Amino acid sequence: MTPEALLGGFTDAPRQSARAFRAALEAMSRPGTLWPLEGAAPPAPLSVAAGVLILTLCDGTTPLHLGGSYDLQVVRDWVTFHTGAPLVSAEEAHFALGTWADLMPVDRFAIGLPDYPDRAATLIVEMPSLSAQGPRLTGPGIAVVAHLNLPETAAFRANRALFPQGFDTYLTSGAHVAGLPRSTIVEAV
Amino acid sequence: MTDQTAYNFAYLDEQTKRMIRRAILKGVAIPGYQVPFASREMPMPYGWGTGGVQVTAACLVPEDRLKVIDQGADDTTNAVSIRRFFQRTAGVAVTEATAEATVIQTRHRIPETPLTEGQILVYQVPIPEPLRFLEPRETETRKMHELEDYGLMHVKLYEDISRHGQIATAYDYPVKVEGRYVMDPSPIPKFDNPKLAGNAAIQLFGAGREQRIYALPPYSEAISLDFDDYPFAASKADHACDLCAAPDSYLDEVITDDQGSRMFVCSDTDFCASRRKAGHIGPMGTPMAGG
Repeated sequence: MTPEALLGGFTDAPRQSARAFRAALEAMSRPGTLWPLEGAAPPAPLSVAAGVLILTLCDGTTPLHLGGSYDLQVVRDWVTFHTGAPLVSAEEAHFALGTWADLMPVDRFAIGLPDYPDRAATLIVEMPSLSAQGPRLTGPGIAVVAHLNLPETAAFRANRALFPQGFDTYLTSGAHVAGLPRSTIVEAV
Repeated sequence: MTDQTAYNFAYLDEQTKRMIRRAILKGVAIPGYQVPFASREMPMPYGWGTGGVQVTAACLVPEDRLKVIDQGADDTTNAVSIRRFFQRTAGVAVTEATAEATVIQTRHRIPETPLTEGQILVYQVPIPEPLRFLEPRETETRKMHELEDYGLMHVKLYEDISRHGQIATAYDYPVKVEGRYVMDPSPIPKFDNPKLAGNAAIQLFGAGREQRIYALPPYSEAISLDFDDYPFAASKADHACDLCAAPDSYLDEVITDDQGSRMFVCSDTDFCASRRKAGHIGPMGTPMAGG
Protein backbone atom coordinates (compact mmCIF):
# COMPACT_ATOMS: atom_id res chain seq x y z
CA MET A 1 0.00 0.00 0.00
CA THR A 2 1.29 3.43 -0.92
CA PRO A 3 1.61 5.89 1.98
CA GLU A 4 -0.53 8.55 0.26
CA ALA A 5 -3.45 6.07 0.29
CA LEU A 6 -3.78 6.69 4.03
CA LEU A 7 -4.24 10.45 3.64
CA GLY A 8 -6.94 12.68 2.24
CA GLY A 9 -10.04 11.27 3.95
CA PHE A 10 -12.62 13.19 6.00
CA THR A 11 -11.33 14.72 9.24
CA ASP A 12 -14.84 14.94 10.75
CA ALA A 13 -16.76 12.24 8.89
CA PRO A 14 -20.25 12.67 10.42
CA ARG A 15 -20.51 16.38 9.63
CA GLN A 16 -18.51 16.44 6.40
CA SER A 17 -20.42 13.50 4.93
CA ALA A 18 -23.71 15.11 5.99
CA ARG A 19 -22.86 18.32 4.11
CA ALA A 20 -21.60 16.31 1.13
CA PHE A 21 -24.75 14.20 1.01
CA ARG A 22 -26.90 17.31 1.12
CA ALA A 23 -25.10 18.66 -1.95
CA ALA A 24 -25.39 15.26 -3.66
CA LEU A 25 -29.11 15.13 -2.84
CA GLU A 26 -29.70 18.63 -4.23
CA ALA A 27 -27.67 17.75 -7.33
CA MET A 28 -29.66 14.57 -8.03
CA SER A 29 -32.96 16.34 -7.22
CA ARG A 30 -32.25 19.32 -9.47
CA PRO A 31 -30.58 17.92 -12.60
CA GLY A 32 -28.21 20.28 -14.36
CA THR A 33 -27.41 22.47 -11.34
CA LEU A 34 -23.85 22.63 -9.99
CA TRP A 35 -23.11 22.05 -6.29
CA PRO A 36 -19.83 22.40 -4.38
CA LEU A 37 -18.42 19.20 -2.84
CA GLU A 38 -15.38 19.61 -0.59
CA GLY A 39 -13.65 18.09 2.40
CA ALA A 40 -11.44 15.32 1.00
CA ALA A 41 -8.06 15.30 -0.75
CA PRO A 42 -8.04 12.16 -2.93
CA PRO A 43 -4.96 11.22 -4.98
CA ALA A 44 -4.74 12.24 -8.65
CA PRO A 45 -6.42 11.63 -11.02
CA LEU A 46 -9.51 11.76 -8.75
CA SER A 47 -11.22 15.12 -8.50
CA VAL A 48 -12.12 16.40 -5.03
CA ALA A 49 -15.82 16.01 -5.82
CA ALA A 50 -15.47 12.40 -7.00
CA GLY A 51 -13.42 11.56 -3.90
CA VAL A 52 -16.01 13.13 -1.59
CA LEU A 53 -18.85 11.28 -3.32
CA ILE A 54 -17.06 7.95 -2.85
CA LEU A 55 -16.36 8.67 0.82
CA THR A 56 -19.99 9.70 1.35
CA LEU A 57 -21.80 6.91 -0.51
CA CYS A 58 -19.49 3.87 -0.76
CA ASP A 59 -18.65 1.28 1.88
CA GLY A 60 -18.04 -2.45 2.17
CA THR A 61 -21.54 -3.22 0.85
CA THR A 62 -21.22 -1.30 -2.43
CA PRO A 63 -19.07 -2.89 -5.16
CA LEU A 64 -17.17 -0.20 -7.09
CA HIS A 65 -15.85 -0.35 -10.65
CA LEU A 66 -12.79 1.71 -11.55
CA GLY A 67 -12.79 2.60 -15.26
CA GLY A 68 -9.62 2.31 -17.40
CA SER A 69 -7.55 5.38 -16.57
CA TYR A 70 -8.73 5.31 -12.91
CA ASP A 71 -7.79 1.68 -12.33
CA LEU A 72 -4.44 2.64 -10.76
CA GLN A 73 -2.79 1.16 -7.69
CA VAL A 74 -2.92 4.48 -5.84
CA VAL A 75 -6.67 4.83 -6.48
CA ARG A 76 -7.33 1.19 -5.56
CA ASP A 77 -5.41 1.61 -2.30
CA TRP A 78 -7.12 4.89 -1.42
CA VAL A 79 -10.63 3.57 -2.04
CA THR A 80 -9.93 0.33 -0.19
CA PHE A 81 -8.40 2.03 2.84
CA HIS A 82 -11.06 4.71 3.21
CA THR A 83 -14.25 2.84 2.24
CA GLY A 84 -13.56 -0.91 2.03
CA ALA A 85 -15.61 -1.06 -1.18
CA PRO A 86 -14.91 -4.24 -3.17
CA LEU A 87 -13.42 -3.45 -6.60
CA VAL A 88 -15.34 -5.31 -9.30
CA SER A 89 -16.11 -5.50 -13.03
CA ALA A 90 -18.59 -3.10 -14.64
CA GLU A 91 -21.44 -5.65 -14.68
CA GLU A 92 -21.34 -6.20 -10.90
CA ALA A 93 -20.81 -2.59 -9.85
CA HIS A 94 -23.18 -0.48 -7.73
CA PHE A 95 -20.92 2.51 -8.33
CA ALA A 96 -18.53 3.20 -11.20
CA LEU A 97 -15.85 5.85 -11.47
CA GLY A 98 -13.98 7.12 -14.51
CA THR A 99 -14.01 9.48 -17.45
CA TRP A 100 -16.81 9.01 -19.94
CA ALA A 101 -14.38 7.21 -22.29
CA ASP A 102 -13.32 4.89 -19.43
CA LEU A 103 -16.92 3.89 -18.72
CA MET A 104 -17.92 3.20 -22.32
CA PRO A 105 -19.87 1.20 -23.31
CA VAL A 106 -22.29 2.20 -20.56
CA ASP A 107 -24.79 -0.53 -21.38
CA ARG A 108 -22.59 -2.84 -19.30
CA PHE A 109 -23.84 -1.30 -16.08
CA ALA A 110 -26.75 -2.56 -13.97
CA ILE A 111 -30.06 -0.88 -14.82
CA GLY A 112 -32.08 -2.56 -12.05
CA LEU A 113 -34.87 -5.10 -12.40
CA PRO A 114 -38.40 -4.39 -13.67
CA ASP A 115 -39.76 -4.94 -10.14
CA TYR A 116 -36.69 -3.50 -8.34
CA PRO A 117 -35.49 -0.61 -10.53
CA ASP A 118 -33.50 0.75 -7.57
CA ARG A 119 -30.92 -2.02 -7.99
CA ALA A 120 -29.14 0.04 -10.63
CA ALA A 121 -25.63 1.44 -10.88
CA THR A 122 -24.64 5.03 -10.15
CA LEU A 123 -21.93 6.34 -12.47
CA ILE A 124 -19.47 9.01 -11.31
CA VAL A 125 -18.20 10.59 -14.49
CA GLU A 126 -15.09 12.78 -14.25
CA MET A 127 -15.33 15.77 -16.58
CA PRO A 128 -12.69 18.31 -17.67
CA SER A 129 -15.19 21.03 -16.76
CA LEU A 130 -18.85 21.51 -15.87
CA SER A 131 -21.09 24.29 -17.10
CA ALA A 132 -24.78 25.01 -17.48
CA GLN A 133 -24.54 24.98 -21.26
CA GLY A 134 -25.12 22.30 -23.86
CA PRO A 135 -27.82 19.65 -24.12
CA ARG A 136 -31.28 20.60 -22.93
CA LEU A 137 -32.64 18.82 -19.85
CA THR A 138 -36.29 18.49 -18.84
CA GLY A 139 -38.14 16.24 -16.40
CA PRO A 140 -38.58 15.79 -12.65
CA GLY A 141 -36.60 18.30 -10.58
CA ILE A 142 -36.46 20.89 -13.37
CA ALA A 143 -38.93 23.77 -13.24
CA VAL A 144 -38.84 24.56 -16.96
CA VAL A 145 -35.58 23.62 -18.66
CA ALA A 146 -31.92 23.22 -17.68
CA HIS A 147 -28.69 22.80 -19.61
CA LEU A 148 -25.54 20.81 -18.85
CA ASN A 149 -22.39 20.08 -20.87
CA LEU A 150 -22.92 16.30 -21.08
CA PRO A 151 -20.24 14.19 -22.79
CA GLU A 152 -22.88 12.95 -25.25
CA THR A 153 -26.65 12.69 -25.58
CA ALA A 154 -27.33 9.34 -27.32
CA ALA A 155 -26.39 7.17 -24.31
CA PHE A 156 -28.53 9.26 -21.94
CA ARG A 157 -31.47 9.19 -24.33
CA ALA A 158 -31.19 5.39 -24.58
CA ASN A 159 -31.01 5.24 -20.77
CA ARG A 160 -34.16 7.40 -20.42
CA ALA A 161 -36.00 5.05 -22.76
CA LEU A 162 -35.48 2.26 -20.18
CA PHE A 163 -37.31 4.22 -17.44
CA PRO A 164 -38.09 3.27 -14.68
CA GLN A 165 -34.96 1.15 -15.14
CA GLY A 166 -31.64 2.75 -16.01
CA PHE A 167 -28.44 3.99 -14.38
CA ASP A 168 -28.06 7.33 -12.59
CA THR A 169 -25.14 9.65 -13.16
CA TYR A 170 -23.08 12.16 -11.22
CA LEU A 171 -20.76 14.39 -13.22
CA THR A 172 -17.80 15.75 -11.30
CA SER A 173 -15.13 18.31 -12.05
CA GLY A 174 -12.78 19.83 -9.48
CA ALA A 175 -14.85 20.54 -6.38
CA HIS A 176 -18.25 20.58 -8.14
CA VAL A 177 -20.89 17.98 -8.89
CA ALA A 178 -23.99 17.84 -11.08
CA GLY A 179 -26.57 15.08 -11.13
CA LEU A 180 -28.39 13.42 -13.99
CA PRO A 181 -30.95 10.84 -12.80
CA ARG A 182 -32.41 8.32 -15.24
CA SER A 183 -35.67 10.29 -15.25
CA THR A 184 -34.19 13.33 -17.06
CA ILE A 185 -35.08 13.79 -20.73
CA VAL A 186 -31.96 14.85 -22.66
CA GLU A 187 -32.08 16.60 -26.03
CA ALA A 188 -29.18 17.83 -28.11
CA VAL A 189 -29.36 21.52 -29.03
CA MET B 1 -10.67 11.72 23.65
CA THR B 2 -14.15 12.99 22.97
CA ASP B 3 -17.10 12.37 25.23
CA GLN B 4 -17.79 8.64 25.03
CA THR B 5 -21.38 9.07 26.14
CA ALA B 6 -22.30 11.46 23.33
CA TYR B 7 -24.32 10.34 20.32
CA ASN B 8 -22.90 10.36 16.80
CA PHE B 9 -24.10 13.39 14.84
CA ALA B 10 -27.86 12.94 14.21
CA TYR B 11 -27.99 9.74 16.31
CA LEU B 12 -27.46 7.11 13.58
CA ASP B 13 -24.06 5.54 12.86
CA GLU B 14 -22.31 6.43 9.61
CA GLN B 15 -22.85 3.04 7.95
CA THR B 16 -26.61 3.31 8.52
CA LYS B 17 -26.73 6.87 7.21
CA ARG B 18 -24.86 5.86 4.05
CA MET B 19 -27.38 3.05 3.45
CA ILE B 20 -30.32 5.43 3.95
CA ARG B 21 -28.68 8.11 1.79
CA ARG B 22 -28.22 5.67 -1.08
CA ALA B 23 -31.89 4.69 -0.81
CA ILE B 24 -32.95 8.36 -0.83
CA LEU B 25 -30.91 9.05 -3.98
CA LYS B 26 -32.49 6.08 -5.80
CA GLY B 27 -35.89 7.29 -4.63
CA VAL B 28 -35.23 10.73 -6.10
CA ALA B 29 -34.08 9.16 -9.38
CA ILE B 30 -37.29 7.07 -9.65
CA PRO B 31 -40.05 9.44 -8.44
CA GLY B 32 -42.85 7.64 -6.61
CA TYR B 33 -41.11 4.24 -6.49
CA GLN B 34 -40.76 2.74 -3.00
CA VAL B 35 -37.11 1.88 -2.34
CA PRO B 36 -36.61 -0.87 0.27
CA PHE B 37 -34.15 0.03 3.02
CA ALA B 38 -32.87 -1.63 6.18
CA SER B 39 -34.88 0.40 8.68
CA ARG B 40 -33.34 0.54 12.14
CA GLU B 41 -34.93 0.37 15.55
CA MET B 42 -35.25 3.92 16.80
CA PRO B 43 -35.70 5.07 20.39
CA MET B 44 -39.44 5.55 19.82
CA PRO B 45 -42.26 3.17 18.92
CA TYR B 46 -43.29 2.35 15.36
CA GLY B 47 -46.07 4.69 14.34
CA TRP B 48 -44.36 7.66 15.96
CA GLY B 49 -42.37 8.56 12.88
CA THR B 50 -39.41 6.18 12.90
CA GLY B 51 -39.19 6.32 9.10
CA GLY B 52 -39.33 10.10 8.97
CA VAL B 53 -36.78 10.37 11.78
CA GLN B 54 -34.31 8.14 9.91
CA VAL B 55 -34.71 10.16 6.70
CA THR B 56 -34.32 13.42 8.62
CA ALA B 57 -31.22 12.06 10.40
CA ALA B 58 -29.66 11.13 7.06
CA CYS B 59 -30.36 14.59 5.58
CA LEU B 60 -29.54 16.94 8.47
CA VAL B 61 -26.45 19.14 8.36
CA PRO B 62 -25.22 21.08 11.42
CA GLU B 63 -26.38 24.36 9.84
CA ASP B 64 -30.00 23.23 9.45
CA ARG B 65 -33.02 24.79 11.11
CA LEU B 66 -35.55 22.05 11.83
CA LYS B 67 -39.33 22.32 12.10
CA VAL B 68 -41.46 19.33 13.14
CA ILE B 69 -45.24 19.25 12.81
CA ASP B 70 -47.86 16.71 13.75
CA GLN B 71 -51.19 17.26 11.96
CA GLY B 72 -50.02 20.80 11.28
CA ALA B 73 -49.25 21.57 14.93
CA ASP B 74 -45.79 22.38 16.29
CA ASP B 75 -46.79 21.87 19.92
CA THR B 76 -48.12 18.30 20.09
CA THR B 77 -46.31 15.42 21.82
CA ASN B 78 -44.96 13.76 18.69
CA ALA B 79 -43.65 17.02 17.21
CA VAL B 80 -42.12 18.24 20.46
CA SER B 81 -40.35 14.96 21.20
CA ILE B 82 -38.86 14.59 17.69
CA ARG B 83 -37.75 18.22 17.71
CA ARG B 84 -36.03 17.74 21.07
CA PHE B 85 -34.50 14.46 19.86
CA PHE B 86 -32.64 16.26 17.07
CA GLN B 87 -31.78 19.26 19.22
CA ARG B 88 -30.03 16.82 21.54
CA THR B 89 -28.45 14.40 19.04
CA ALA B 90 -27.61 16.76 16.15
CA GLY B 91 -27.42 20.11 17.91
CA VAL B 92 -29.42 21.77 15.15
CA ALA B 93 -31.42 24.97 15.52
CA VAL B 94 -35.20 24.60 15.58
CA THR B 95 -38.05 26.85 14.58
CA GLU B 96 -41.83 26.85 14.34
CA ALA B 97 -41.90 29.24 11.37
CA THR B 98 -42.32 27.40 8.06
CA ALA B 99 -40.45 30.03 6.06
CA GLU B 100 -37.39 29.90 8.35
CA ALA B 101 -37.03 26.09 8.35
CA THR B 102 -34.61 24.26 6.05
CA VAL B 103 -35.83 20.78 6.97
CA ILE B 104 -39.45 20.14 7.96
CA GLN B 105 -40.53 16.76 9.27
CA THR B 106 -44.28 16.33 9.03
CA ARG B 107 -46.95 13.93 10.10
CA HIS B 108 -50.05 14.15 7.92
CA ARG B 109 -49.94 17.77 6.69
CA ILE B 110 -48.19 20.00 4.18
CA PRO B 111 -47.70 23.50 5.65
CA GLU B 112 -50.03 26.21 4.31
CA THR B 113 -47.12 28.58 3.62
CA PRO B 114 -45.67 27.65 0.19
CA LEU B 115 -42.29 25.90 0.40
CA THR B 116 -39.22 27.18 -1.42
CA GLU B 117 -36.04 25.85 -3.01
CA GLY B 118 -33.53 24.80 -0.37
CA GLN B 119 -36.21 23.28 1.87
CA ILE B 120 -36.75 19.56 2.42
CA LEU B 121 -40.12 18.20 3.53
CA VAL B 122 -39.86 14.77 5.25
CA TYR B 123 -43.11 12.82 5.64
CA GLN B 124 -43.75 10.16 8.27
CA VAL B 125 -45.50 7.34 6.44
CA PRO B 126 -47.43 4.51 8.14
CA ILE B 127 -48.38 2.39 5.08
CA PRO B 128 -46.34 3.33 1.98
CA GLU B 129 -48.09 0.92 -0.39
CA PRO B 130 -51.20 2.56 -1.92
CA LEU B 131 -52.49 -0.85 -3.03
CA ARG B 132 -51.98 -2.58 0.34
CA PHE B 133 -55.61 -2.44 1.51
CA LEU B 134 -56.74 -3.73 -1.88
CA GLU B 135 -54.12 -6.48 -2.21
CA PRO B 136 -52.36 -7.68 0.96
CA ARG B 137 -49.57 -9.65 -0.75
CA GLU B 138 -46.32 -7.73 -1.30
CA THR B 139 -45.39 -10.06 -4.21
CA GLU B 140 -48.62 -9.10 -5.98
CA THR B 141 -48.45 -5.34 -5.37
CA ARG B 142 -44.83 -5.30 -6.54
CA LYS B 143 -45.90 -7.03 -9.76
CA MET B 144 -48.75 -4.54 -10.17
CA HIS B 145 -46.30 -1.61 -9.90
CA GLU B 146 -43.95 -3.33 -12.34
CA LEU B 147 -46.75 -3.80 -14.91
CA GLU B 148 -48.26 -0.38 -14.16
CA ASP B 149 -51.49 -2.25 -13.41
CA TYR B 150 -53.48 0.21 -11.34
CA GLY B 151 -56.97 -0.89 -12.39
CA LEU B 152 -57.74 -2.04 -8.85
CA MET B 153 -57.26 1.49 -7.52
CA HIS B 154 -59.72 2.87 -10.06
CA VAL B 155 -62.20 0.13 -9.10
CA LYS B 156 -61.87 1.25 -5.48
CA LEU B 157 -62.56 4.88 -6.38
CA TYR B 158 -65.47 3.76 -8.58
CA GLU B 159 -66.95 1.78 -5.69
CA ASP B 160 -66.73 4.95 -3.59
CA ILE B 161 -68.86 6.72 -6.18
CA SER B 162 -71.40 3.91 -6.49
CA ARG B 163 -71.82 3.72 -2.72
CA HIS B 164 -71.54 7.36 -1.67
CA GLY B 165 -72.25 9.28 -4.86
CA GLN B 166 -68.78 10.78 -4.77
CA ILE B 167 -65.17 9.75 -4.19
CA ALA B 168 -65.33 9.43 -0.40
CA THR B 169 -61.57 9.04 0.10
CA ALA B 170 -60.76 12.17 2.10
CA TYR B 171 -57.13 11.51 3.10
CA ASP B 172 -54.36 9.21 1.87
CA TYR B 173 -55.65 10.05 -1.62
CA PRO B 174 -53.50 8.28 -4.25
CA VAL B 175 -51.53 10.24 -6.84
CA LYS B 176 -49.83 9.18 -10.06
CA VAL B 177 -46.28 10.50 -10.20
CA GLU B 178 -44.73 11.58 -13.51
CA GLY B 179 -47.15 9.33 -15.38
CA ARG B 180 -45.66 6.14 -13.94
CA TYR B 181 -45.96 5.08 -10.29
CA VAL B 182 -49.09 5.41 -8.18
CA MET B 183 -47.93 6.75 -4.83
CA ASP B 184 -49.41 7.01 -1.36
CA PRO B 185 -48.91 10.61 -0.20
CA SER B 186 -49.09 9.45 3.46
CA PRO B 187 -52.35 10.29 5.24
CA ILE B 188 -52.41 13.98 4.33
CA PRO B 189 -55.92 15.33 3.74
CA LYS B 190 -56.77 15.47 0.05
CA PHE B 191 -56.92 19.25 0.52
CA ASP B 192 -53.10 19.07 0.52
CA ASN B 193 -52.76 16.92 -2.62
CA PRO B 194 -52.44 19.85 -5.05
CA LYS B 195 -49.39 21.05 -3.05
CA LEU B 196 -47.54 17.80 -3.81
CA ALA B 197 -47.21 18.70 -7.48
CA GLY B 198 -44.85 21.38 -8.74
CA ASN B 199 -43.49 21.98 -5.24
CA ALA B 200 -40.13 23.80 -5.15
CA ALA B 201 -38.95 21.77 -2.13
CA ILE B 202 -37.60 18.22 -2.13
CA GLN B 203 -40.24 15.88 -0.68
CA LEU B 204 -38.98 12.67 0.98
CA PHE B 205 -41.17 9.93 2.47
CA GLY B 206 -39.97 7.49 5.14
CA ALA B 207 -41.84 4.41 6.39
CA GLY B 208 -39.90 2.83 9.25
CA ARG B 209 -41.92 -0.26 10.10
CA GLU B 210 -42.58 -1.02 6.41
CA GLN B 211 -38.93 -0.26 5.49
CA ARG B 212 -39.58 1.92 2.46
CA ILE B 213 -38.29 5.31 1.31
CA TYR B 214 -39.68 7.24 -1.65
CA ALA B 215 -39.41 10.74 -3.00
CA LEU B 216 -40.84 13.51 -5.12
CA PRO B 217 -38.14 15.71 -6.67
CA PRO B 218 -38.94 19.42 -6.96
CA TYR B 219 -41.43 20.43 -9.66
CA SER B 220 -42.61 16.86 -10.15
CA GLU B 221 -45.98 15.99 -11.59
CA ALA B 222 -48.34 14.29 -9.10
CA ILE B 223 -51.89 13.87 -10.37
CA SER B 224 -54.65 12.81 -8.00
CA LEU B 225 -56.51 9.87 -9.55
CA ASP B 226 -60.06 10.64 -10.64
CA PHE B 227 -62.62 10.20 -13.42
CA ASP B 228 -63.64 12.62 -16.19
CA ASP B 229 -67.20 12.83 -14.79
CA TYR B 230 -66.06 12.80 -11.13
CA PRO B 231 -63.02 15.07 -11.11
CA PHE B 232 -60.76 15.35 -8.07
CA ALA B 233 -61.71 18.19 -5.73
CA ALA B 234 -59.60 19.30 -2.76
CA SER B 235 -62.07 19.60 0.10
CA LYS B 236 -62.11 21.21 3.53
CA ALA B 237 -64.67 22.14 6.17
CA ASP B 238 -66.97 24.80 4.70
CA HIS B 239 -66.06 27.43 7.25
CA ALA B 240 -63.43 30.05 8.03
CA CYS B 241 -60.96 29.71 10.91
CA ASP B 242 -62.61 30.92 14.15
CA LEU B 243 -59.28 32.27 15.45
CA CYS B 244 -57.66 33.94 12.42
CA ALA B 245 -60.57 34.11 9.93
CA ALA B 246 -58.55 32.41 7.17
CA PRO B 247 -61.07 31.27 4.54
CA ASP B 248 -58.69 29.01 2.63
CA SER B 249 -56.72 26.95 5.18
CA TYR B 250 -57.34 23.37 6.27
CA LEU B 251 -59.43 23.31 9.46
CA ASP B 252 -59.72 21.10 12.52
CA GLU B 253 -63.12 20.82 14.16
CA VAL B 254 -62.86 21.18 17.94
CA ILE B 255 -65.68 20.24 20.32
CA THR B 256 -65.73 22.91 23.04
CA ASP B 257 -68.32 21.61 25.55
CA ASP B 258 -70.85 18.81 26.04
CA GLN B 259 -73.70 20.90 24.58
CA GLY B 260 -72.61 20.37 20.97
CA SER B 261 -70.70 23.63 20.65
CA ARG B 262 -67.80 23.50 18.26
CA MET B 263 -65.24 25.68 16.63
CA PHE B 264 -63.10 25.41 13.51
CA VAL B 265 -59.41 26.30 13.73
CA CYS B 266 -56.49 26.13 11.33
CA SER B 267 -54.67 22.80 11.60
CA ASP B 268 -51.42 24.65 10.74
CA THR B 269 -50.61 26.39 14.05
CA ASP B 270 -47.76 28.50 12.62
CA PHE B 271 -49.97 29.78 9.79
CA CYS B 272 -52.79 30.64 12.21
CA ALA B 273 -50.51 32.38 14.74
CA SER B 274 -48.74 34.47 12.10
CA ARG B 275 -52.11 35.58 10.68
CA ARG B 276 -53.30 36.63 14.14
CA LYS B 277 -50.05 38.50 14.73
CA ALA B 278 -50.71 40.29 11.44
CA GLY B 279 -54.09 41.43 12.78
CA HIS B 280 -56.49 38.90 11.24
CA ILE B 281 -58.90 38.00 14.02
CA GLY B 282 -61.77 35.52 13.74
CA PRO B 283 -65.02 35.54 15.75
CA MET B 284 -63.50 33.55 18.66
CA GLY B 285 -59.93 34.81 18.37
CA THR B 286 -58.05 37.21 20.55
CA PRO B 287 -55.30 39.49 19.26
CA MET B 288 -51.74 38.21 19.69
CA ALA B 289 -48.68 40.31 20.40
CA GLY B 290 -47.15 41.46 17.14
CA GLY B 291 -44.06 39.62 15.95
